[in-house]
Amino acid sequence: MNRTFAKILMMLYLNISIYASVWNNPHDPKKIETDTLFSSFSVPLKKLDPVQSYNAIEWAVISQIYEPPLQYNYLKRPYELEPLTLVKMPEIRYLDKEGREIDENSKDLMYSEYRLELRDDIWYQNHPAFVKNADGGLKYGQLSEDALQKIDSIDDFKEVASRRLLASDYAYAIRRMAVRQNHSPILDTMLDYIVGLETFSQEITQIVKEKHKKQQWTDLRDYAIEGVDVKSDAVLIIKIKGKYPQFSYWLSMNFFAPIPWEADLFYHQKGLIEKNITLNWFPVGTGAYYLAENNPNKQIRLLSNPHYHLEYYPSLTSKESQDARLPKEMLKDSGKKLPFIKEVVYALEKESIPLWNKFLQGYYDASGISSEAFDQAIQVSSAGSMDLSDEMREKGIKLRGSVEPSIFYMAFNMADTVVGGYTEEKKKLRQAISIALNQEEYISIFLNERGIAAQGPIPPGIFGYEEGEKGTNRVVYDWVNGKRIRKPLEIAKRLLAEAGYPNGISEITGKVLKLHYDVTATGPDDRALMDWQRKQFAKLGIELVIRSTDYNRFQRKVRKGKVQIFSWGWNADYPDPENFLFLLYGANAAVKTNGAGINGSNYQNSRFDALFDQVKTMKNTPERKKKIEKMLDIVREDAPWVWGVHPKSMALSHQWYKNVLPHAMANNTLKYRRVDAVLRASKQKEWNQPQVMPLILFVVFLVLIGFVLHHVYQNRQKAVIAKGSE
Amino acid sequence: MFAYILRRVIYAIPILIGVNLITFMLFFMVNNPEDMARAQLGAKQVTPQMIETWKEQRGYDKPLFINPDAKGLSKVTETLFMKESLKLFTFDFGISDSNRNIGLDIKERMGPSLAIALPTFMIALITNISLALLLVLFRGSVLDTSMMVVAVMIMSISGLFYIIAGQVLFSKMWHWFPISGYESGWNGIKFIILPVMIGVFAGIGSGVRWYRSIFLEQINQDYVRTARAKGLSEIRVLFGHVLRNGMLPILTGVVVVIPTLFMGSLIMESFFGIPGLGSYTIDAINSQDFAIVKAMVFLGSVLYIVGLILTDISYTLFDPRVTL
Repeated sequence: MNRTFAKILMMLYLNISIYASVWNNPHDPKKIETDTLFSSFSVPLKKLDPVQSYNAIEWAVISQIYEPPLQYNYLKRPYELEPLTLVKMPEIRYLDKEGREIDENSKDLMYSEYRLELRDDIWYQNHPAFVKNADGGLKYGQLSEDALQKIDSIDDFKEVASRRLLASDYAYAIRRMAVRQNHSPILDTMLDYIVGLETFSQEITQIVKEKHKKQQWTDLRDYAIEGVDVKSDAVLIIKIKGKYPQFSYWLSMNFFAPIPWEADLFYHQKGLIEKNITLNWFPVGTGAYYLAENNPNKQIRLLSNPHYHLEYYPSLTSKESQDARLPKEMLKDSGKKLPFIKEVVYALEKESIPLWNKFLQGYYDASGISSEAFDQAIQVSSAGSMDLSDEMREKGIKLRGSVEPSIFYMAFNMADTVVGGYTEEKKKLRQAISIALNQEEYISIFLNERGIAAQGPIPPGIFGYEEGEKGTNRVVYDWVNGKRIRKPLEIAKRLLAEAGYPNGISEITGKVLKLHYDVTATGPDDRALMDWQRKQFAKLGIELVIRSTDYNRFQRKVRKGKVQIFSWGWNADYPDPENFLFLLYGANAAVKTNGAGINGSNYQNSRFDALFDQVKTMKNTPERKKKIEKMLDIVREDAPWVWGVHPKSMALSHQWYKNVLPHAMANNTLKYRRVDAVLRASKQKEWNQPQVMPLILFVVFLVLIGFVLHHVYQNRQKAVIAKGSE
Repeated sequence: MFAYILRRVIYAIPILIGVNLITFMLFFMVNNPEDMARAQLGAKQVTPQMIETWKEQRGYDKPLFINPDAKGLSKVTETLFMKESLKLFTFDFGISDSNRNIGLDIKERMGPSLAIALPTFMIALITNISLALLLVLFRGSVLDTSMMVVAVMIMSISGLFYIIAGQVLFSKMWHWFPISGYESGWNGIKFIILPVMIGVFAGIGSGVRWYRSIFLEQINQDYVRTARAKGLSEIRVLFGHVLRNGMLPILTGVVVVIPTLFMGSLIMESFFGIPGLGSYTIDAINSQDFAIVKAMVFLGSVLYIVGLILTDISYTLFDPRVTL
C-alpha cells in the first residue's frame, strides 16, 4: 500500500517537473516558445461580417483577416494612406454632367471616378467555399440536407481551396452593402455618394426579401450598380457624386473589404446557419491571418495565412522618421517580410483583475491600464508627467501612450429656451459655464491625467488642430507666459451676470437658475463624478439637476431634443476634420432631421454651415486651414459645447513584444508586430516558480488537527465508559 | 409514480405559460423593439429605415399580444407572444437577436458550467455534511463554538472577496493554478481546481450551520439513545443513524438545486473565464437580446420544476412511508 502511494507521488512529481515547470500557465505550453501572441478581449464579439461590423473590438480581429483596397502606413505621422491590395493609389478623374474629364476645381464638376487597379498576387485563405468538383461547380455550395446534418463545425469539411482576388469581389461587397437586410451602418452615408446605389438598394432589398421567403439565395452578381463598374479581373471603377476626398478613407475600412460570391453562397445554407456557421462568425479574407477558431465565449485563434501576398515592414526616410518621432527600434525590421507572428490567441477576459495579474505573470504580451491597476503601473511626478512605476520598470515593461482622435463633451441643446439660442445673453450663459467647468481638474481627479482639455471639436492628430497659443480657445483660456491658463471664475460670474443671472439668480423671476443635465451615469461609481459636476455649477450659483437614465432613453431624448444639457462623445472614423465638424453642421441637427442627424446639440449657424460646405470637400491646404480656424472661432464664441476632453490611451507591453506603436486609425497592425518567444518563456519561468512550502504546511496542519481530534474523541469515548462503570 | 409524474408535467404547462407571459410583459415594459434594434445594430448612425428592417426581419414589427389588424383567431396567433412562445414548448429556442442558434449556444455552454458547478456541489455537500457531523460529535466543545464563529464570519463576507483573495493567494503569490481560463477534458483540471475550492469554501459557513442544526435535531431523538444504549460508537451512531434520518430535510434543499446547476454562476464564471451559462442571461439583458432572455427564463423554469419533481421522487427512496 505504502509502496503504491509512494509510486503515485513519484509519478505526480515527475509529471509536474517534466510537463510544467510552471504550474499556473493558462496557455498551451508548446506555444510559449513559438511566434504566438497571447492577447485578450473583454466582451464576446458579435459581428465579424465586414458589412456590419463597426466596433473597435471587432475590427481588431477582422482587420487582420480582411483587406480593403487601402491601408494606413503603420509608421508615418500624420496618418497617410497607402495601397494594400492595389498596385497604386486610386486614380481619381473628375467628370462633368456629360462624363467629360474636367479640372477638380471646375464648377461643372458632377462626378468623381475612382479607378482601383488590383495586384495580381493576392489570394484568399483556404476555405471550403472555394472547393470545386470535377465539373467546375462548387463542391460545398449547395449541400443536401443529409450532408449538412453531418457537419457540426467548419473543420468538418475535408477539403479546402483558395482562389485569386478579383475586382468583382469588391463590387460584390458593395452590392452586399446595399441590401438593407445586411444592416450596413454606412449604407445611408454611401447612398449620398455612390452613383446608382440608392436605386439599386431599393430594388435589391425587395428582391432579397422575396427570395428569402422562398428560401432562395440571391446571387448578387446578377445585379449591377450604375456607379460600380468591373472593367476586368484587376480593375474596378467606382463613380461617386460630386467631389468627396474622404472617400479614400472609406476605402481603407472593412466595409469595402472583398467578399467572394462563393462564400456568400456557402454560408447561405440553412443547415450551416443553424449550427452558427455563418460569414458573421467565420470570415473569408485575403489578409495576413485567417480565423482558425471562433468561440466567442472562450477564445479566438488566428493563424498566419499561407497564401498571404508579399508585404514588407515599412521603411521611412530620416525626415519622415523625425516627423513621426519614431524610436529607432521601430525601424529595425524595415524591409522584412510580414507577418512576423504566426499565431494569435485572444482569450475572453471579462474582468480586469485577472487580466492584469496574468499580464504581470507574463501570460499576456500586452495590456491596457485599468483604473484598479493605475497606481501600481504608473507614477505621476510632481510636475504632472507620467512614467512607469519601479515595479513595472524592473520587469522591463514598456509604456506607450497617445492622445486619441476622440472627444468627450458636454453639449447644450441649442433649441432649449434657457441654455439654447444665439443672443448675446445666451452665449454668455454658455461661456460662463464653459469657464466654470474645470476640465483640468476633471482630468486630474477622474482620468488620472489621461486626457487633455479640448479647445474645440477637432482632436490632436487631425488636420486643423493647433497646439499652443494659436490653438487656444480664447473664450475659456488666457495665454500667459507661454501657458494656457483657464480664465478666473470672476470672469465667468461676470458673464453670468451679463446673461441675466447675477450670482446664479434670474433677474426676471428672482429664483436660482436650475439646469437639467441628462446622463447615462446610473451606477454607484458615477456618484462622485455627478457630485463634482454639481459643485462646478454651484460655483456660479447654478443648481444642477442630474437626470440619470439608461442609454436607450437618453438617446431618445437627445433625438427628440428633450434635453437641456447632456454629455456625449465622438471617435474619428477617419483623420479628417470634416468627421468632427459635421457634428455641429446645421443640416445634421437631430430635431430638424427627426432624430436621424448626428448634431445632438441642434447647433445651427449659417456662417459655420457655409464654411463647412466649403471645407468638407477641400484638400488639406493652408486655405482649408484658415477656413477651419474661422469655423473654430465661431463655435468657440457660440459655445454650443463645453469642449471637454480628448482622452489619452495608455498601453503596456512586455519587453519581448516588439514593434508596438499606437495607431489610432489603422487596425490591421498585428502583421507588423513581433514576439521574442525565447525571452518570453524564460521570463515566465522566472516569474512563476511555484511556492511549495505553503502546501506542505497545510498538509502538516491537517494531519495535526486530525491527530488531535482523534485523540480527543478516543478520550471522550473512554471517559464515558469509565463514568458509567462507576 | 408514473401517474404522479404525468400529473406534475401537466400542471407545469400553465405555470410555464404564466412565466412566459410575465417575461414578455416585464421585458417590453422597459424595452421597446426600437431600442432593441439600436442596441443590436450598435452603429454610430442608426437610421429609421435600418430599425424598421431589423424589426421586420425578427418579427418585432408584430403586436405583442393582440393583433388589431388580423381577423378571427389570427388576432391572437399573429402576435409576437404566440409566435415566440409556442416554439419554446418544443424546446426550439430559435435564433438570438445577434443571429446565433440559442439551443446550440446553451448546449455548448452547459458543459463548462457543469464542469465547475457539479464538483463544487458534490464536494461542498460531502465537506459540509462531514464538518457538520464532526461539530455534532464535539458539540458544546471549544471546537464547536469556534467553528460556529468562523462559519458566521465566512457567511458574512462577500463571495467576490474569496474569488479575488483566492486568485491572489493561490495564483499570483504561490503560482499553483492559472488565474483564469478553461479547457475541456483532462487538460482543463488545472483551471477547475481553484474555482471549485473557492466555491466550496464560500459555501461552508451556511452549509455547515444548516446541516449541524438538522443533525442536532436528530441527536436527541429516542432512536439515538437506543443506538447508544446498544453500545454503538458515537461515530456509528452519527453516520449510521443520525445522517440517514437527517437526509430527508437535506434532500428538500439539495435535490431541487441539482437541475439548476446547468445554469452556472455569474461571478465565478466571469472571474475565472469559464465559458459557461452563468453570464448568458445577464449579457442578454444588457444587450436587450429578448430571444435569449425568454429562452433562458423558460429553461430556468423547466429545470426548477424538474428539480421539484426529483425532490418528491427522492423522498420515496429515503423514507419508505412516503408513496407517490
